[in-house]
Amino acid sequence: MSARRESLRPGREAVRDKGWLAASRYLVLRRLSQLTVLLLFLSGPWFGLWIAKGNLASSLTLDVLPLTDPYLFVQSLAAGFMPASSALIGAAIVIAFYALFGGRIYCAWVCPVNVVTDAAAWLRRRLGLKSGRAPDGNTRYWVLAGSLIAAALSGTVVWEWVNPVTILQRSLIFGLSGSLAAVVAIFAYDLLVASRGWCGHLCPMGAFYGLLGQKSLIRITADQRGRCDDCMDCFAVCPEPQVIRPALKKAGQDSPLILDPDCTNCGRCIDVCNKHVFHFTHRFDQRSDS
Amino acid sequence: MSTNPTAKPEGNPGVSPASVARRKFLNGIAAAAGGGALLTLASWLPVRPASANPAQALRPPGALAGEAFLSACIRCGLCVRDCPYDTLVLAPVGGEVAGGTPYFKARAVPCEMCDDIPCVKACPTGALNPKLTDIHEARMGLAVLSDQETCLNFLGLRCDVCYRVCPVIDRAITLESLHNPRSDRHALLLPTVHSDHCTGCGKCEAACVLPEAAIKVMPVKLAKGALPDHYRKGWEEKQKHGGSLIGEQVEMPVRGLEEKAYGDVRVETPAPSGMNSGWKP
Repeated sequence: MSARRESLRPGREAVRDKGWLAASRYLVLRRLSQLTVLLLFLSGPWFGLWIAKGNLASSLTLDVLPLTDPYLFVQSLAAGFMPASSALIGAAIVIAFYALFGGRIYCAWVCPVNVVTDAAAWLRRRLGLKSGRAPDGNTRYWVLAGSLIAAALSGTVVWEWVNPVTILQRSLIFGLSGSLAAVVAIFAYDLLVASRGWCGHLCPMGAFYGLLGQKSLIRITADQRGRCDDCMDCFAVCPEPQVIRPALKKAGQDSPLILDPDCTNCGRCIDVCNKHVFHFTHRFDQRSDS
Repeated sequence: MSTNPTAKPEGNPGVSPASVARRKFLNGIAAAAGGGALLTLASWLPVRPASANPAQALRPPGALAGEAFLSACIRCGLCVRDCPYDTLVLAPVGGEVAGGTPYFKARAVPCEMCDDIPCVKACPTGALNPKLTDIHEARMGLAVLSDQETCLNFLGLRCDVCYRVCPVIDRAITLESLHNPRSDRHALLLPTVHSDHCTGCGKCEAACVLPEAAIKVMPVKLAKGALPDHYRKGWEEKQKHGGSLIGEQVEMPVRGLEEKAYGDVRVETPAPSGMNSGWKP
């Protein structure tokens, strides 16, 4: 089988050697995590059991824990409004959590858009689509800066009019129309125009959380990189493939840790590798087999 | 660079690998910046015309005015969740109201003016001003008896429903009695809104018995007129001053009205005698 055919279905050997469950462990855990977050919000309106109120922009859990999305908080600041203390405390808690544990954990373990873009990436791989062209990976930082400048100029949180991430989260939790449009737009873009286009190149929220977690603790390590047989499955499945090479191939660094803030800690590389090259660890763990 | 021929690879004069890399880098930056700027600008386009709400979409109590609200509301829906009467809803994307922001339509479900104002308490950012602690101070809008041609009380009937349901009855809405010139023997009891007390809760609009409400809650700015700054009301000035500001006026006699109070120009027609009072339906 050619290498190209192989990259259509990364992880085939891992499923064969480890079994489906072990080869999909983090995928399943992430889906459960994403679903749990939504269910915490939906148990109230659906079953009258109120756990988390609001949505991912800002919420109150069990009537005590306020959480506010720091990107929305910053947009509000840029628009010239100083949010009240409840939002301030909520944003501080969220910032502390992601700065400590990994900024883009949000993208891979919480955000429902991830399900959409993972599905688009999966289908794109399966169909072998090479169409379209992805914008530069730094575009997201320009969108992030642009959204804050636009907020300052207009005096409103402008980006939230079109932000498909919050639109989808809100629409799902409040049962509003609009969720389908957001899903279709992102799915079509990622499938037909740009591979991993939204989450990996454009989304300013992902960029914000990436910046937030630059020094975060939880990291994936390629500590068994000596076993790598260059099957490329991890590159094929990784939503931010550029983050793997420095750790796996010692390109510009000796450490086996994936330290790039773009890494979402999704763990798919761990899943699909049948050589057990990758593991979750913390950023001070420099152990390596080579 | 051009003075140093060693920097140029042969066969491709004028282009060094470094300058290719630099150009590629700069192109990349330019493309990303352009794309980013376009994307954010595009997001701004729908905002400008739509930042004004449609007149019938009312904000929750304590909502900051206009654009200030749109800078402060992060569209979390906590106010909607804590509204015990399901008055508040989150606007869907692409509608008239900014997507994800809370509003209500008075004719559908009006605000019940909770004493503890749970929606304001729920707001994490202060887009609903936490300084609002007395719901009677809320100004969600202003009720306007916008159609005197169909209002049943204006037609001479005793509907009074808007007046009866008003949570601030006799202050926000009063019934002003006026002679009914059509019947000539009844009163018109005209529902009259007072902006000093009307919170814009919309109970009147919701309760109006007509198929289309004759009384509607509108944004205060739309509903209210404004007097020019230099206008003074003579009767108020007189009261403030404790008497006429221009001294006692000379009262000139009016022929034929000598026996009446000064200024009373009503003409009396003698009532017809007998059983017939002259009243015509």
